[in-house]
Amino acid sequence: MHRLLFLLPLVLLAALAVGIGTKLLSGSDPQALPSALIDKPLPEFSLAPLPGRSDGLASTDFGGTPMLLNVFASWCVACLAEHPVITRLGRDDGIPVVAINYKDKPENALAWLKRNGDPYRRIGADVDGRTAIDLGVYGVPETFVIDKAGRIRYRHPGPLTPDIVDREIRPLLAELAK
Amino acid sequence: MIPEFGHYALVLALLLALVQSTLPLWGAARRHPGMMAAAEPAATLQLAAIAIAFAALTWAYVVSDFSVAVVAGNSHSLKPLLYKVTGVWGNHEGSMLLWVLILAVFGAAVALFGGNLPATLKARVLAVQGMIGVGFLAFIILTSNPFLRLDPAPIDGRDLNPLLQDPGLAFHPPFLYLGYVGFSMAFSFAVAALIEGRVDPAWARWVRPWTLAAWAFLTVGVALGSYWAYYELGWGGWWFWDPVENASLMPWLSGTALLHSALVVEKRDALKSWTILLAILTFGLSLVGTFLVRSGIITSVHAFAVDPERGVFILLLLAITVGGAFTLYAIRAPRLKLGGVFAPISREGALVLNNLLICTATVTVFIGTLYPLLDKTVSVGKPYYQLTFVPLMAPVVAVMVIAPLMAWKRSDLPGVLGRLKFAAAGTVLVVLAALWLQGGGPVLALLGIAFGAWVVLGAATEIAERVRLFRIPLRDSLSRAAGLPRSAWGTAFAHAGLGVALLSMIASSYWSTEWLVLAKPGDRIELVAGYAVEFDGVTAGHGPNYQTSLGDLKLLHDGTFVTDLAPEKRFYPVAQMPTSEVAIHTTLAGDIYVALGEEQADGRWSLRLYHHPLVPWIWGGALIMAFGGVLSLSDRRLRVGAPRRAAASAMGSQA
Repeated sequence: MHRLLFLLPLVLLAALAVGIGTKLLSGSDPQALPSALIDKPLPEFSLAPLPGRSDGLASTDFGGTPMLLNVFASWCVACLAEHPVITRLGRDDGIPVVAINYKDKPENALAWLKRNGDPYRRIGADVDGRTAIDLGVYGVPETFVIDKAGRIRYRHPGPLTPDIVDREIRPLLAELAK
Repeated sequence: MIPEFGHYALVLALLLALVQSTLPLWGAARRHPGMMAAAEPAATLQLAAIAIAFAALTWAYVVSDFSVAVVAGNSHSLKPLLYKVTGVWGNHEGSMLLWVLILAVFGAAVALFGGNLPATLKARVLAVQGMIGVGFLAFIILTSNPFLRLDPAPIDGRDLNPLLQDPGLAFHPPFLYLGYVGFSMAFSFAVAALIEGRVDPAWARWVRPWTLAAWAFLTVGVALGSYWAYYELGWGGWWFWDPVENASLMPWLSGTALLHSALVVEKRDALKSWTILLAILTFGLSLVGTFLVRSGIITSVHAFAVDPERGVFILLLLAITVGGAFTLYAIRAPRLKLGGVFAPISREGALVLNNLLICTATVTVFIGTLYPLLDKTVSVGKPYYQLTFVPLMAPVVAVMVIAPLMAWKRSDLPGVLGRLKFAAAGTVLVVLAALWLQGGGPVLALLGIAFGAWVVLGAATEIAERVRLFRIPLRDSLSRAAGLPRSAWGTAFAHAGLGVALLSMIASSYWSTEWLVLAKPGDRIELVAGYAVEFDGVTAGHGPNYQTSLGDLKLLHDGTFVTDLAPEKRFYPVAQMPTSEVAIHTTLAGDIYVALGEEQADGRWSLRLYHHPLVPWIWGGALIMAFGGVLSLSDRRLRVGAPRRAAASAMGSQA
């Protein structure tokens, strides 16, 4: 018994390594959306607007045209880093970008948008992070491409870079717009 | 050519590390002095080689050699020189190079200053240190070569992420790494001790200074990171339970536990296998931290395995390092001789209790950080930590006051508590004062204030007790204070620092005030505590690699001018990125914090102003803690006591 106790750290580590290892190797791409959600319709949700605004965000707001769904928070450095990229897509390229404000204090989110610019057509406040869980979000920022029929076609966890936009998002949007 | 020299030096360092990790180990097993002695030149030469590689990369940054891929990707010819240099570690490849540089510095330090170590222990410690070097140098050379060339070379670079062009963040990684890598010493000593099959007080006396130094560096590193978040993110939050922050908190927590359990090994020759386990664990968590942080900017778990090849390599490295050590532990640790016994109510008992609580708290942070990686349907945030981490740390704080007053082996709790009656009374007074100042407040806030005051006053009590303040003439007390060992002062400072940080965390969390205003030039905004600001408009300007809108504000106190405040909104054209630079006026009582918003259609500007009471003391408290660590490090016992007592105890163990 005494000796087994000393084995415990090794056993726990092995379990952890196997857990993370299979995760890393199985999908080989941890950024891939859980396959259950890709090409599936958005899970149903309806989020309230930020205080003082009229437009919240619901799953029924999607469809008709391909849209970008960005999950952001004012407390997230990487969101700040990707914000110019999102802004260019939404403001300059005229792509409909909507957002879920994730686990944020609404007043912080509003101030953040005021300071850094607001390229979003609608914003839903996901204060407790429930909707994000349904979407499989596990950190901010994350960006989804939703097609005309309201299905999830693409997901990018982590900040968008101009490179990813040019290589993956623009071609996909062009194809979806056909 | 110079980058190629760097690359060559790096490969040379790998070969030297290979020598360092094999020959001395073999020599130690065969008691061959020559082979054991090979460790020293290998370690110092390895440092020289890595220093050359690091210098070569720095040179490429300074002269803006954009034919080197990482320079082109992370620098720009117009960037200020400071950020060209700090940009060296502002990216994955360079930061890993800094990591091995620091590792080599520590290795060479053992080689050069470890003269009083027994030959076999020294050879084995250096060999283990060499193995870590092999792993990381191979990782750099195989997957993250910083000297990769671009052909054709771009005309200019893509610039360092503007968020990183900041003095706070420029020096945050080196301190963190000094902490993380410093724990590799504890790890190497632990593994060497397992190979030797012997852990004694002398061993603990060698390990403690390294651990203490690493801990002090890490304390500063964590504080710098938190301070950066405070002023860069623009509304004054200082901790977000973000995976990257957690990654630096975990080794800090387990390092704190290690520091205290090593104390028990040193003083009482007990808790040996537990201390060894903590040493392995702490370095393991440092490795986890390194990898979660490695990119420096991606503030989320997303950074873990952006490149599957690197992710798998990293995991293998972690598994081999920690797995190998744990295997050795499972084989050797049961054979370690049990040391001194102690009653549950004793200083050892209190340290064990706190050790267990801190480790459990570390586990909760670990689970909270890594769980989302395994199960993407769960998200973990502040409420989780408030329910798990905070309640676990509360008893730690309560006990850490009592422990230093307890006797080793067996202590009497009522007596100790009796000696703390003034601290308890003082705590009540502080809480009443907070109630009076704030006109009430949430119960949790008052409880937090009580804990903070308790720690500060408890630390003061410990010193007062030792110098018999007010019981003997003041002059005698003072001379006793001067004669106290520095480690006693170190403990008191480190503990008090935590209390100070705690008080300010509570005050700034519960009693901050915020104003959101639209102001036109000439407007005056009244704040709290007699403070007001006058807004004099915004001017446009430009810096070396950015354009800026510069706010012009005057801070007034009771109508008299205090200082100018100049919050900025910057735009970095190369990186196509805006940043916000807040203006902060810091006083001992708190911060006045101003962030510039957007210009409105009618020419007014939105401003966000905050009063954060006591908030500078969060970092002040961390600095006091680190100062306590340094003070303890300068203790005579650690400087000169080791060799003599080591010799004595080595003889004792043979007898």
